Amino acid sequence: MVEAVLSITILGILFGLGLGWAARRFRVESDPVVDQIDAILPQTQCGQCNYPGCRPYAEAIASGEAPINQCPPGGDAGIRSLADLLGIEPMSLNPENGEQASPTVAVIDEQACIGCTLCIQACPVDAIVGAPKLMHTVIEEECTGCDLCLPPCPVDCIAMVKRKPQAGEWSWPNPAAAGNA
Amino acid sequence: MELAQPGRGGQRLMTVLQRKNPTERALLAGNRLYDFHGGLRLRHNKKISCETPVERAPLPPRLFVPMLQHSGREAEPTVREGQQVMKGEQIGCFSHLGSGCIHAPTSGTVSAIVKHPISHPSGQDGLCVVIRPDGLDQWKQLDPVGDWQSADPEDLRRRIRSSGIVGLGGAVFPTGFKVEDANRRGIHTLILNGSECEPYISCDEMLMREQPDSIVLGAQILQRAVGARRTIIAIEDQMGAVNQALEDAVARSAAEDIDVVKVTTIYPEGGEKQLIQVLTGLEVPSGGRPTDLGLLCQNVATATAVARAVTEGKPLVERIVTVTGNGVHRPRNLLAAIGTPISDLVARAGGYTPGAARLVLGGPMMGFPLATDANPVTKAANCVLVLTRDDIRDPGPEMPCIRCGECARVCPAQLLPQELNRTIRAEAWEETRDGGLRDCIECGCCDFVCPSHIPLVEWFRFGKSRLRDLDAEKRRSDLARERFEARSARLERIKRERKDRIAAKKRALRDERDRRDRIAAAVERVRKRREGTE
Repeated sequence: MVEAVLSITILGILFGLGLGWAARRFRVESDPVVDQIDAILPQTQCGQCNYPGCRPYAEAIASGEAPINQCPPGGDAGIRSLADLLGIEPMSLNPENGEQASPTVAVIDEQACIGCTLCIQACPVDAIVGAPKLMHTVIEEECTGCDLCLPPCPVDCIAMVKRKPQAGEWSWPNPAAAGNA
Repeated sequence: MELAQPGRGGQRLMTVLQRKNPTERALLAGNRLYDFHGGLRLRHNKKISCETPVERAPLPPRLFVPMLQHSGREAEPTVREGQQVMKGEQIGCFSHLGSGCIHAPTSGTVSAIVKHPISHPSGQDGLCVVIRPDGLDQWKQLDPVGDWQSADPEDLRRRIRSSGIVGLGGAVFPTGFKVEDANRRGIHTLILNGSECEPYISCDEMLMREQPDSIVLGAQILQRAVGARRTIIAIEDQMGAVNQALEDAVARSAAEDIDVVKVTTIYPEGGEKQLIQVLTGLEVPSGGRPTDLGLLCQNVATATAVARAVTEGKPLVERIVTVTGNGVHRPRNLLAAIGTPISDLVARAGGYTPGAARLVLGGPMMGFPLATDANPVTKAANCVLVLTRDDIRDPGPEMPCIRCGECARVCPAQLLPQELNRTIRAEAWEETRDGGLRDCIECGCCDFVCPSHIPLVEWFRFGKSRLRDLDAEKRRSDLARERFEARSARLERIKRERKDRIAAKKRALRDERDRRDRIAAAVERVRKRREGTE
């Protein structure tokens, strides 16, 4: 009787120590959920979700403060991925945050620009170059199409245009759509 | 496969075998060929275009040289309208690549640079440099490499790069890159791919019959350029005259390290990865390249282009095109200048028969239909196939997938087409990626056997395009994240610095006040003491 209790206790202690050691030794650093959410968000940094950027919105989602349907650039596909990640039901995009549109980029009418630098300060990704009283321009590859440079412009010289696909970047059509056409 | 037979330096081969990597060992020790998964035995239909020798197609009144020769971006024209060009002069280049440039196919005047229908599956127009030949067909000042055997390999590679040579088997990958990569990674064996497995196409077969010496020369030059130790020329067992022609050419060149190997004709054995598997029994890893196995694979026509570029200094300006099918009167192979309208080639092949119904660029399995025959010949155009109404198998209406697994059985890339079909339709892109869609070679075997007539390859091409777009999107958003974070950090830093500055100023002010107070106190003390002593 005593031997049995003793041996089981010792075994228990040994295994416990072993497991404890293994948990430390082979610890896997998993991606915190904020990073995973941030990876899904489109990084437009447009603030349409009412948070000052994608990262803050990701933090809000992770803490349960915000629902997952406030990101118009991510669209339904983005909501689906978020729902998959968080194990919740997908919902439809909240119309209060805006509608999903095709990707755009900002273009500055360089003739009209007065060089006030307000748009440069507004751009969340530093995609506008220029200097005070000198014309500004947008680096197309880096523009996320967030629209944030539009309101501060005093002369309304910024326009959002549809992002054109790169030359040669032709995509095969969806066979289902092609069949119906 | 006669690779390590006694009498052909068998002893020497056995001794070097020890320090060779697995691929080379497989190649040498094998004495045998291997199988690849799936594939189809198709009717060749090649004979009809092999009856007459290759003929030079006459120069048309206007050449439309497309600036888009392969997937990727358009080249930028480097000539102006009205400019005189000599044959072989550069007319288009990629400023960001420095390889795969486009050269004038003949001498003449650039009459226009316009949008014109090009041979592209999109059916869109593309930028073409239009050249009006002057009829002299005069080469620019040629600068051949005098003696390739003693030339610096670096020199040979530079020559290949600047001669606009691309893979002529159909993939049109710039050979310059491939060669540079092969040289950097180090390869042991050069494989010349003459196993033209797609039905109807016979341009490589005719080339091997008629210019075997040029192919062997190209092989030797390529071998020197990349430092390969040996070359295998793979041909199909049904190419009767070719084997002898190549063997003779090898014997004439006195090259010891070139072997001609016959492989059995199973479509798509001519695919680079499949051919490597047949020859070595090893698979090119998913997402990898043959250089991972120490191999470089080139089409035989590419080898002749290399030979011409090096020994004659001539860039790639023409190619052999098979014009065939029951829809033309006299199927044949034509040597055509790049930019020749396809209609001219069809006319040269006797014109359309009354039953002609469909014009296909490429073979029946991997080609795509053309809307018009005004399209010019590109470097990729290996075959113009004109099908009659009887040839076109009416696929019948598309039916739901019954999951028979027939497609998986024939897939040479060992994918599960039925699963990919499902995931692409469901837009489950991660699953699609994991399913290995990237490894699909679009050979069309699954399409061919599908009892439900599902256009699987169309779906796969669409899926590949979407995956590529998603990747581009991902790169964009990663860049945006990085820049957003950098900006946030900068704003934070500026804020902190301002706060620090203000604090420092306040401290300085306080210190200054302290100092003044202390001085005032000292002065006060002295004054009091004086008053006390007086």
